[in-house]
Parts: sequence; structure tokens; C-alpha cells
Amino acid sequence: MASAAHGKDASAVRVAPQVKMIEKNPPTPEKEALVRFEISDLNVFYGPKQAVFGLNLKIPKNRVTALIGPSGCGKSTFLRTLNRMNDTIRHSRVVGSILLDGQDILKMDVVGLRRRVGMVFQRPNPFPKSIYDNVAYGLRINGYSGRLGDLVEHSLKRAALWEEVKDSLHKSAFALSGGQQQRLCIARALAVDPEVLLLDEPCSALDPVTTAKIEELMFTLKDSCTMAIVTHNMQQAARASDFTAFMLDGKLIEHNETSKLFTTPSDHRTEAYITGRFG
Amino acid sequence: MNRARLMWRKSLNAVMLTLTGIAALAVVSILFLILGYLIYNGGKSLNWAFFTELPKPVGEAGGGMANAIVGSLKLLLLAAVIGLPVGLMAGIYLAEFGGKVFGFVVRYTTDLLNGVPSIVIGIFAYSLAVLPVKHFSALAGGLALGVMVIPITMRSTEEFLRAIPGSLREGAMALGASKWRTIATVVLPAASGGIITGMLLSLARVAGETAPLLFTAFGNRFWSPGWNQPIASLPVMIYNYAISPYDDWHRQAWAAGLVLLGLVLIANLGCRLVLSRTGAGRSA
Repeated sequence: MASAAHGKDASAVRVAPQVKMIEKNPPTPEKEALVRFEISDLNVFYGPKQAVFGLNLKIPKNRVTALIGPSGCGKSTFLRTLNRMNDTIRHSRVVGSILLDGQDILKMDVVGLRRRVGMVFQRPNPFPKSIYDNVAYGLRINGYSGRLGDLVEHSLKRAALWEEVKDSLHKSAFALSGGQQQRLCIARALAVDPEVLLLDEPCSALDPVTTAKIEELMFTLKDSCTMAIVTHNMQQAARASDFTAFMLDGKLIEHNETSKLFTTPSDHRTEAYITGRFG
Repeated sequence: MNRARLMWRKSLNAVMLTLTGIAALAVVSILFLILGYLIYNGGKSLNWAFFTELPKPVGEAGGGMANAIVGSLKLLLLAAVIGLPVGLMAGIYLAEFGGKVFGFVVRYTTDLLNGVPSIVIGIFAYSLAVLPVKHFSALAGGLALGVMVIPITMRSTEEFLRAIPGSLREGAMALGASKWRTIATVVLPAASGGIITGMLLSLARVAGETAPLLFTAFGNRFWSPGWNQPIASLPVMIYNYAISPYDDWHRQAWAAGLVLLGLVLIANLGCRLVLSRTGAGRSA
């Protein structure tokens, strides 16, 4: 590992300045990073309609992978396949293999899978319960009987919400603002200590200041969590992710380190999309 | 020309507004007419004895309908025990699990059941719970009312569950909750205010039913201990007293009508209160 990083240093000096930017926070290249999710030849169907076509992708551990693409390109469908949320949709069918740390998730117990792969949705969806009970929910249904209070506090701190709510833990979650609710949902997902966090356009209903907070939060969570985020906002993908995958019409067009994908896309469709010519 | 059309449109608007307003006023005034008439006629013979004493024999003045008030409450309790659980469970099934075809069949059948004349439901309960044992009973009356409670509870439960956004269900399932766990710990609590209201309203609906009780609970001029004897109820009491030839009984029928309407109104207002309070909690 050390020698690889060293070699990279040497090459970075020679090439263009935009690559130097990465140098400050060097992401391990995909082939060297530990792979959390390995998706091969994935096809997803809704009844007779196919939404994802032959997708191959590796999601590296402790990195943020962004999924971008125009509406209806299948990126949300793909994300929801990773914790089998599509199981609840009638007539949905998944063909292919998705390995989480080498285990096939399609054969896994779905409850155990979702405990390891948490999810945050487009609109904040706190339960109509108190802030405390929202965060404790995942722990309770998983039969956790230890010190709930400590874990609730820890989770709220990880989601950067503790300072704002520590005096009102037993108030309704609906009393929070939209951005606070979304961070509460992140805290709720983090409480069960997932290995992966899937974020489905988590900021699309939030204002820029709150969005910045959530992006900051994602950055700090990288230490303990692998993240995959679907976003319509290309600046967000460029700012907050280490790797970016571009999807179009259910197919994965290009996947690369974020800085490379945005500066030197190899496919003309990627270039057209990120320069705003469609989508 | 233009001004004439404007005038025409304005006056048409005024006429239609007046007509709809009159219709609305008519609805309100009918309720207040009934209420006023009941209070005027029933209030005169409403006294403490009405709530505490048994009916007096023909010819003797005074007496009350304590047995009918308790009887109505007992019948409603039976109806609740028989009808509410079935209605609630079926409502949950329809909203959360019901398949397209089966769901449609159940929903359609329920609407038909809701439309079955109450006297026919009375006959059903009669053949099921009176004929085999050869006597009228509170149980038979409760069964008839319980059957009527089912479709109302079921549809209101379904409506309120459907109003809970799917994102809440997804949130719970994404944390590893099973479907039933999600329903029990997130969806039902969120809809509980509405569901309870629907239940109370369905009981209030059947509280005034007379026809299905005529030949199931039958009526009783005395206390009816237990659940296996004919039992008095306010609506049947009103019916019997109103068609009697005695003035004193007519006055008591009015009083019973007032008490019955009062009970239903209190239940209704209580529901609105519960609903508005939980509704406010939800949107805050």
C-alpha cells in the first residue's frame, strides 16, 4: 500500500494541476480500495419493464460513491436494490449478483441485510414519535437491550444533531425543521451501526445551508461507513463523492474517480450530461 | 354589450350562490328543528327518575327507562366486542396486504354489506342466534349490531391507514422491521386517532338502530341480568312507547329520543375533539 501511494505521489507532480487537488485527500484508486459491494451483471425488472440493464459496479469501502444521471435512468432503482427495498414492490425482479463483503445479498435474510445497509430517503420521513424514540426505533426492533440512551446520544452526535436537540429529546420529531428532520433520519439509520448508508437524493428537499451540513456530515462519516448517494445535483456529486457513476437509460455508462469523471469523461454521453446538454 | 354580459354573469353568480346557501341552511335547520322539537317535547318529562327507575306499569304515572339506557350500553358493548376487532383487522388487511382482485372483491362486498337494510341484518341475527335457542337475547341483538359495525369500521380504518404516507413504512422497513412490525409500531400508532374516531362513529351509527333489535334483543320492561335474556334498548323503547295509545308514554318516548340523540351527539363531538387534537399533533 505504502509503495503504491508513493508511486502515485510521483506521477501526480507531473500531471495537470486539477489532479493535484485530489492529492490533498487522496482516494485510494478503486482497484486497491477494499470493495464493499460487488455488483455483477445486474438486471432489475418491474413486471415486463426492465429498469436496470447488465450493470457491473464495485463500491469501495469507506468511500462515497455518487450515482448521477437524468430522471428515470434507474439510479434510484439500483440504489434500492442494494438493500432490497424493491422487494416490497409487486412484480419487481432482480437478476444478477450483488455481493456484500463477498456474500450474496439476494440469498441473505432481508432483515439482517437492512440492518447492515441503512437508507436515507429523498424526503425526511421521521416517525410520528419523539426524537428519542425515532433514533431508538431501529435498536428496539432489533432487540437491543443495552443502554439505549447512550446509543441515542452517540447516534445524534454522529449525525451532528445532538447540540440542537439535546434539550428536547422527548418532543415530537415533527417540531424539527426539514434539515434537522433529515439529519434525524440519518441518526436513526446510524443507530444500528450500518456498514453501508444509501442516500437517495437526501438533499433535494433542503436548502443550500442544510445541504452543506449534510455533505460535511457525509465527509466525517467516511471513517466508519461506506456511502452511496443518488443525486441530481452535479455540483454535489463533484463536492461530496470520491467516485461517480453515470447512468443512462438503465445502463451504467461510466464509472471513475469523481475528479476524473468530471474533468476528463471518457464517454461523450457523460460529457454531454455533465456539461448540461441534456437531463 | 360587454357590460350587459358582465351584469348577467354577476347576477347568475349571485343567484347560484343564494341557491346553494339556502340548501346549506336547510340542512342545518333540519337538524336544529329536530333537536329543538326533541328538547321541547322531551325536556318536559326528562327528570332524575327517567335515568334511575324502571318503567311503571300502564296507567301509573312516572317511572323511567334506566333498564333501556343500560341495555343500550350493553348492546353497544357486545357490538364493539363482536364487530370492532373484525372490522379493524379486515381494514388493516385491505390497506396493507389486499391484493388487487381479492381487495376489490372484499371492498365491494363490504360496501354491499353496508347497504343491506338493517332489518335484513336483524333477520340474519334472528335465524342465527334466536331460532336455534328459541328465545330472544342480548347476545342476538349485539350480534346484529356487531355485523353492522364491521363494514363501517373496516372502511374507515382502511381510509385512515391509506392516508399514512408510504415513506413512513419504507423508513421502518429500511431499518429492518418486518411488515407486521412496521404496521404495529409505526403505521397503526400514526393512524390511531383516526381509527378510534371511526370506531366510535360506527358505534354511534348503530346506537340508534331499531329494526335489527325488534326480533333479536326484543325488549324488556325489567332489568335483564347477564347476556342471555331479552333486553331493553332505547330505540326499541321509543318505538313501543311512540305507537302506544297513552299520552304519558308518548312524553317518555320524546325524553328517550332526547337521551339517545344526546348520547350520539356526545360521541360525535368527542370524536371530532380526538381527531382534531391528533391531527394538530401530526401537522405541527
